[in-house]
Amino acid sequence: MEDMSGYPHELTGENTPMVSFKNVRKSYGSLVVLDDLDLDVTTGEMVSIIGPSGSGKTTVLRMLMTLEKINGGCIYVDGKPLTHMPKNGGLVPANERHLRERRADIGMCFQHFNLFPHMTALENCMEGPVHVLGISKAEARDRSEELLELVGMINKKDEHPSRLSGGQQQRVAIARALAMRPKVMLFDEVTSALDPEVIGEVTNVIRGLVDEHNLTMLMVTHQMGFARDISDRVCFFYGGKIEEQGSPAELFGNPQRERTQQFLSAVREAV
Amino acid sequence: MFDWNWEFAWEILPRLIVATGNTLIAAGAGYAIALVLGLVLAIAQRTPYRGLTFVVREFVEFIRSTPLLLQIFFVFYVGPQFGLRLSPWASGMIAIGLHYSCYLSEVYRGGLDSVPRGQWEAATALNMTIAQKYRRIIIPQAIVPALAGMGNYLVGIFKDTPMLSVIGVAELIHTANAIGSEHYRFLEPFTLVGLIFLAISLPAAGLIRGFENFIRRKLGLQ
Repeated sequence: MEDMSGYPHELTGENTPMVSFKNVRKSYGSLVVLDDLDLDVTTGEMVSIIGPSGSGKTTVLRMLMTLEKINGGCIYVDGKPLTHMPKNGGLVPANERHLRERRADIGMCFQHFNLFPHMTALENCMEGPVHVLGISKAEARDRSEELLELVGMINKKDEHPSRLSGGQQQRVAIARALAMRPKVMLFDEVTSALDPEVIGEVTNVIRGLVDEHNLTMLMVTHQMGFARDISDRVCFFYGGKIEEQGSPAELFGNPQRERTQQFLSAVREAV
Repeated sequence: MFDWNWEFAWEILPRLIVATGNTLIAAGAGYAIALVLGLVLAIAQRTPYRGLTFVVREFVEFIRSTPLLLQIFFVFYVGPQFGLRLSPWASGMIAIGLHYSCYLSEVYRGGLDSVPRGQWEAATALNMTIAQKYRRIIIPQAIVPALAGMGNYLVGIFKDTPMLSVIGVAELIHTANAIGSEHYRFLEPFTLVGLIFLAISLPAAGLIRGFENFIRRKLGLQ
């Protein structure tokens, strides 16, 4: 087993990041997807992750949501280890109980929405609060309706997902994730499966979250214009590493690395 | 040669109707066992515990590859040697429930496999426990494609209840046979039994289809 002695049991101090990847490695067999990833995200920061397909961008979010196990290193959320737990004075891989405790801080929206098809929009939003957080139905309903209002879906609250367009489903999915009151929100290519004309309705919702909430957000996207508009920081992934990162103005305006330049010019040509 | 006796037929009908009740109880109880146990067997095969998965898988294969009649005999006649002394009814319910649970577990398995991985991931993102995922998210969706197969086996278990006659459960065939032996007339009792089976099986198939559509609508999947 990996020696975890170099990893602290808790990150402390004034500038403790909300999310911290430390030497995180992920591979499928011999294929290395992420290679010693170090990434800190401060509270309230919006970080966009861009890069060619296969560069490991989505894996970053999936590991943070604990949908994938990591093969090395450690991920911290709000100062506490997520992928590991303290035991006998050291850190050992987290069990399900620890994961459930720590995962409560994180919410995620998926490329294909993944709404529960047998529930209405409102029921989708109430499901987690009622059955996982254990709050009363009345309170969960109020909160869910507020959030559906926020994403502009209150008039469709009693519809099943099969009766909603992609953009509408994605907005409900955002409300569903927010209903769990996460500290960190993950957006995994949330506009990639949408028709071009409805992308705006989803990006506008996310834009609103940046303005109004003190949420920490990580977003994998192919929409460079959107990333440029709303991000505090943009990370360009290449070959399982962060090739370059910086403010949107720096990264899009004056990319330093050749691979970043190539990627950005290829993307611009495509548009 | 062909001398159908209406009077005799009317006379024995009440006994056959009582036996129909027994047949329906046997089918219903056996099916209830199979529904629950089948789900347990299906989910057991999806756990990460290799040993458990292997044992359950082989058990299902074993039961599916041996005759129901043998299993009925085994529980009833061999059971007592292992201290398992059960009435014909109890033995019959266990044997037929066990037998059909293995078939139903395969139907469930297909249904469970048909639920997209994204549904599991969304449930994880909502921080659900494994039990909550199954109960709230996965099983409601898995049941829908499984309904047709579940319905087929309901009719199947109903038609297999006559096997219980071999250990003395007073279901339809057993009763018809008894009537025949008492009166030396078999045409009427067995014909009536055939008609009773037909009269129940045929509408049941239609009802099952209706129920399937009802569930689909109720879950908003149509």
